Amino acid sequence: MELHGLRIAVTGGTSGLGLALVRELLGRGAHVAFVARTHDDVERVAREHPGAHGIVGDVSKKDDIYPIALQIAGRLGGLDVLVNNASSLGPTPLALLADTDCEDLEVALATNLLGPFRLTKALLGALAASAREGRGAVVLNVSSDAAINPYPTWGAYGASKAALHHMTRIWNEELGTEGIRFLSLDPGDMDTPLHAVAVPDADPATLKLPAASAREFADAIAAALPAHAALSEHQGART
Amino acid sequence: MIAASLPVQRSPFSRLLVVDAHGCIAHRARTHVVDVLRAGDLVVANDAATLPASLHGIHRPSGAEIEVRLAGRASLAPDDVHRFTAVVFGAGDFRARTEDRPLPPPLAPGDRLALGPLPATIEALVDHPRLVSLRFDGTAAEIWDGLARHGRPIQYSHVPTALALWDVWTPIAGVPAAFEAPSAGFVLNWEMVRAMHARGIAFVTLTHAAGISSTGDTDLDRRLPFDEPYRIPKATAAAIRRTKTARGRIVAVGTTVVRALEDAAGDDGIVRAGDGVATQRIGPASRLRVVDAILSGTHEPGSSHYELLRAFMHDATLRRAGVELEAYGYRTHEFGDSVFIEKRAQRHVVATRSQAYSCRNHPATATQAGLRKSGDLCARELWSSLRSPALPS
Repeated sequence: MELHGLRIAVTGGTSGLGLALVRELLGRGAHVAFVARTHDDVERVAREHPGAHGIVGDVSKKDDIYPIALQIAGRLGGLDVLVNNASSLGPTPLALLADTDCEDLEVALATNLLGPFRLTKALLGALAASAREGRGAVVLNVSSDAAINPYPTWGAYGASKAALHHMTRIWNEELGTEGIRFLSLDPGDMDTPLHAVAVPDADPATLKLPAASAREFADAIAAALPAHAALSEHQGART
Repeated sequence: MIAASLPVQRSPFSRLLVVDAHGCIAHRARTHVVDVLRAGDLVVANDAATLPASLHGIHRPSGAEIEVRLAGRASLAPDDVHRFTAVVFGAGDFRARTEDRPLPPPLAPGDRLALGPLPATIEALVDHPRLVSLRFDGTAAEIWDGLARHGRPIQYSHVPTALALWDVWTPIAGVPAAFEAPSAGFVLNWEMVRAMHARGIAFVTLTHAAGISSTGDTDLDRRLPFDEPYRIPKATAAAIRRTKTARGRIVAVGTTVVRALEDAAGDDGIVRAGDGVATQRIGPASRLRVVDAILSGTHEPGSSHYELLRAFMHDATLRRAGVELEAYGYRTHEFGDSVFIEKRAQRHVVATRSQAYSCRNHPATATQAGLRKSGDLCARELWSSLRSPALPS
């Protein structure tokens, strides 16, 4: 399904699923902005993907959120889709909750829950405007089966992703009338840097390719938008 | 009026002064602003997010510290961020009153500026020693990044604490285009939008690059507002047409919305979707073709915002509203209280109601404190307006 002309932002866009999503969305004709913490990584991915807008920022930091939102909405000239993908595992190597430092739990919550909440809130006006204009609006929050199942040693990650999953459902209930859809999707166990840190001895051959999950996510985004959304790019033209 | 000095967008104690089409005045809690609207109304707000448009730096030729306040841009295109109109101040910041700020060094075309990570060149002076056209070096990406990292919201000394972007973005803020917050929209929150839907009141937005409200220079202030680009979505233009056809009211949230809609309306009064630049000044002689009521901050006589209010209502009524604002301790400036002013009723409308019209029975002003006084004044003014030869027909 094409996403031609849609304005999409992806956090955590320089590795793993985020990078695969940037590629997939660009391939489908979307205007893509991506956010990541490391300047050099952002530069590299932007260089390798002409047309993609690289933005340096850390969604876990309150003071970074508005500068990120400013650049997303400013450089794309609005926003149709936000993908909150950037995630933190919490303590690494993974630890029992009883052994988890409060500070590590805070980092997981800041990245996986507060960051998506703050960024979504800052960009809600742009998303609602898109919905009113008939383009539709989608917020896709990347979840995990750890948000549902209580896996030992995944406490900080699982609890923060569970909270994000539930928050997504509430957003969806509350903003349905504004035409904004909220999705919480589990990409599955993928061969990504995050998974490698969590499960260092996993056999990559048994893991899903990020590109496969990215395709599924892009399909889910397209399905959640109004059928004609990709055609209404020239909304601003004087008629 | 008292200056609102805390950056709180929606205080539960905010007030709303309501002036209806007949000049009747009432006082309300602003949290109940939806109560002054009615089914069939269309509320139009400005969804521009606010740019961090205050940039501190150095004037290279003199080495002097300066503050540059971005104040104008030719379009809202995302890549159109190289060239801005800007007002230049000398050293210091918002903590000094704008009119007390030292002048910048003499500026000339070609002067280089170092504004944090944003190098720029003065291209021209715009008929004033402190108003310049400047051009940033670099790509659009580098300029957005530089603004995000180095820029601060433009602010004034009546708010003593440094503002962050979240202080100046309205809850509906979308595309960053405004140089100062379209602060009438501070009233809004999502619960209010939901309440409008539930009551059959439609809500739409446009994007208008709200400009700066004061430069501290009398000559420059006289030129405000500068030209301001805007964008009207198709859905908004269509909703206005539907509302007009059904004889609902178009309620503008803020002076910028009035300026955009009246600029976009042809002589036929039809608002066209698309991009434009508002160049007109709206004042007592302006005929409002589109907007029927305005929700706005409280404005002091003499400002361009107050001039715009004069397009809605007789001077005598506005003066009386001013007296009420003072008497009841309303707060002014961007974080202050609000007014809701309907366009004055035209002669034939007033005449059919005759002098028996009473504010006491009017839904917008009934059951409010201070009613008796306002009602009595209203009746007197109604008489004078009926006899006034200056009323539009």
